[in-house]
Amino acid sequence: MGLALKTYPTLTAAGEALAAQATARYIGGGTLVVRDANEGDLRFDTYVSASDPELSAIAVTDGQATIGAGVTMAGIVREPALGFLAPAAKAVGGPAIRNMATVGGNLFAPTPYGDFTVALVALDASLDIEGAAVPVTDFLTGRETIYARALVRAVSFRLPAEGSFRFAKVSRIRPKGLSIVTIAAVVEERSGAITSARIAYGCMADRPIRAPAVERALIGKARTKDGIAAALAVATEGTSPPTDAIASAWYRSEVLPVHLGRLLLSP
Amino acid sequence: MTKVPVQFVLNGEEKAEFVESGATLLRALREKIGDTSVKAGCQQGTCGSCAVVVDGELRLSCLTLAERCGGCSIETTGGLAHGEVLHPLQRAFNEGFATQCGFCTPGMIMAAKALLDRNPQPSREDVVEAISGNICRCTGYEPIIQAILAAARANSLSAA
Amino acid sequence: MELRKTYFADERKDDLKEIGQPRLRSDALGHVTGTTTFFADRNLPGLLHLKMVRSPHHHARIRSIDLSEAEKHPGVVRILTAADVPHNVYTILILIQVGPEDETVLATDKVRWKGEAVVAILADSERAAQEAAAKVKVDYEVLPAVLSIEEALAPGAPIVNEYHGQNYYRYDSGECRKVRYGDVEAGFAGADHILEQTYGSGPIEHAPTETTGCIVVPEGSGRFTCYTNTQAMFFTLDNASIILQMDGAKLHMVGGTVGGGFGGKVDVTVEPIAILGAKLTGRPVSFIYSREEEMQISSPRAAEKLVIKDGVMKDGRIVARYVKAYIDAGAYSRHSPYGAQKSAAHFPGPYTVPNVWVDSYCVYTNRTPSSAMRGFGVTIGDFALEVQMDKLARLVGMDPLEFRFVNAYRDGDMKAHRQPTEGAALIECMQEASRAARWPVAEKYLAMSSARREG
Repeated sequence: MGLALKTYPTLTAAGEALAAQATARYIGGGTLVVRDANEGDLRFDTYVSASDPELSAIAVTDGQATIGAGVTMAGIVREPALGFLAPAAKAVGGPAIRNMATVGGNLFAPTPYGDFTVALVALDASLDIEGAAVPVTDFLTGRETIYARALVRAVSFRLPAEGSFRFAKVSRIRPKGLSIVTIAAVVEERSGAITSARIAYGCMADRPIRAPAVERALIGKARTKDGIAAALAVATEGTSPPTDAIASAWYRSEVLPVHLGRLLLSP
Repeated sequence: MTKVPVQFVLNGEEKAEFVESGATLLRALREKIGDTSVKAGCQQGTCGSCAVVVDGELRLSCLTLAERCGGCSIETTGGLAHGEVLHPLQRAFNEGFATQCGFCTPGMIMAAKALLDRNPQPSREDVVEAISGNICRCTGYEPIIQAILAAARANSLSAA
Repeated sequence: MELRKTYFADERKDDLKEIGQPRLRSDALGHVTGTTTFFADRNLPGLLHLKMVRSPHHHARIRSIDLSEAEKHPGVVRILTAADVPHNVYTILILIQVGPEDETVLATDKVRWKGEAVVAILADSERAAQEAAAKVKVDYEVLPAVLSIEEALAPGAPIVNEYHGQNYYRYDSGECRKVRYGDVEAGFAGADHILEQTYGSGPIEHAPTETTGCIVVPEGSGRFTCYTNTQAMFFTLDNASIILQMDGAKLHMVGGTVGGGFGGKVDVTVEPIAILGAKLTGRPVSFIYSREEEMQISSPRAAEKLVIKDGVMKDGRIVARYVKAYIDAGAYSRHSPYGAQKSAAHFPGPYTVPNVWVDSYCVYTNRTPSSAMRGFGVTIGDFALEVQMDKLARLVGMDPLEFRFVNAYRDGDMKAHRQPTEGAALIECMQEASRAARWPVAEKYLAMSSARREG
């Protein structure tokens, strides 16, 4: 049997179609699901899509950002109110992929992909899944189980304080390459001391994760070489990096503290 | 297998075809319309050999469903020349030894066109970024980067 | 581009008209307009798609193959097994008398590498072929696998390839290709320093942008036109003729345009089975590797292990060089017996060494068969040799470039293979490199010539 595409006017209707057919998969930008089909994934025979314009809307008001799941990486880069996120969106693919790949799709992108989601984890984003607010880390934990067929409508987060968001993707090939490690951080400081820190890693586990030990070790410290030393010492705590064609688990663990240090100390 | 009608403009010409619902734009262009300038390199979104411009945006035809391109304007390298008159990018690639086996060339030219259409005077860094989703296994990229910069210079001369 | 005419000015007539002149590539106009025709750039009515069922194991015995479900799958036109292949056991280089035939076109009783072809599905669409392939049931008895050169040569190792009987290729010269020149032991005994190092490399995939493939059209004349991206047209023609037991005149191979090869398209893996499919169905057949197949199934450059032991004098002269080279052929020969031979022929590198001993082995493991890739049998050896040269220079306290001038071969020097050196230009290349890289060397090296030794 060949593949079929079914398009619905709303995400709700698409969700019903998805629920009714086990061999259907949702298609956003297509960069994950069409790839699977091209590679001979026989577990699905139907693409389900939604044409709801709300899915590609971006709203930034009162310090709160809400991004439709269908917004592309290029759409993020073009949005002046989300300028701080442009480096994370640009970390995904080449220009063609960025014109196609969506925020919603990136949430489902398996390691070593999913660089944008690392930023969402550091931003402590909340996902709108069938009207319920689901913390992005909860979603990631259940990504292959309870949320495997979840339809995300939008992601939202509080805008980080000016200059507090940091992002780095380390790859072997510039400007584009698969990630060795991706790090996103929201670090706020007052009077020369760190008052809050949220650190997220990509490629240090089978999905993006937070680094709570690092976060704890940063509180109250100065953002200096000595100040972050204790945090770097626990950089790999709680990680279980993969070994793949890009890097071994050992290599990822060795270079993580180096890149985390550079990111935290960058001006 | 359900066949669905799809209509779009390809290189300025109206096209109407019945394609399998769920078929990629790559397949529709190559197998239905016969535009084989669009190449199937990896079909994973990695190599850029299938890159086309859809409504002014660079896209990978291998990951784009044909049915979703209804009403769009699509450009491919196969439609870039006007008769025997080459597009400045084609001329620059030809004269600058920016091709070797030629398989990546059409996608590379599309990526470059998407750049120059938006940014006629790109920096070297802009060019490197613009072709970062296109893999060339032969040239080592340098002649390609130089050809795109040369085409941009030629454009600015002809515009002046 | 600059043509430096000062070198060897007295050795040739200065009447070059083309060399040094830029000329446009004859094929570039087709490339930039997207009109160059690659093998897959054709649409044929009734085209069948061939999908291979492959071994999921490195090494296993096949107990049984059950096609009953796959045969019933909608869209399936024909399924090919080993029994359909007229001459199923082949080896590419049999054309130049390098045997024995050691590889199955489709597996019979055993698979020897993960990815080995077992059953070929021919169906109306790629999807139908993939679906049917998933319904083929192969009962395997998994066998212990040999996954490195060391494991393969260890006593009591499982035999990878029964057609050879041992885990290395037996040459007419014995268990390896050998070079014997002078007396290495005497050389080592008289040397000021001895340095022994081991070098290793992993397999390398060519990763061409166009994957390996062909489209075969049965013609009314009884001939088969095979549009292919092979880099080795006549190897393909002759091996297809042997495998299919078909007169070569019936096989019309059309090629010439290759979307990246680098040596990765010299094996004969898609054409014979696609031609057989076209013959048995009477329909055109397309067999094109997916990207995953290109990366995992197509042969890579061989992994190698090289042990190099050198004796060197304080003044920088290498007086003895001993090399043991091991080339990992994977499960089948393909071009590797030749690669290992090239390896032996390449040592001791472009240097004049009076005492040389080389043993070069072609080793079988349960890995993807390796084959040609840009200077195969030589490139990894050169990497090892040149790293070794740097280490030797450091050992005797010399500049690494000057160290190479001391040892560079020159016209008239006897090589380890007992061929006198002719047409050497290493000295001149290094002189030019010294200037271009701004890596100064002593004046006496700049005064050297490949054509004669000083004094």
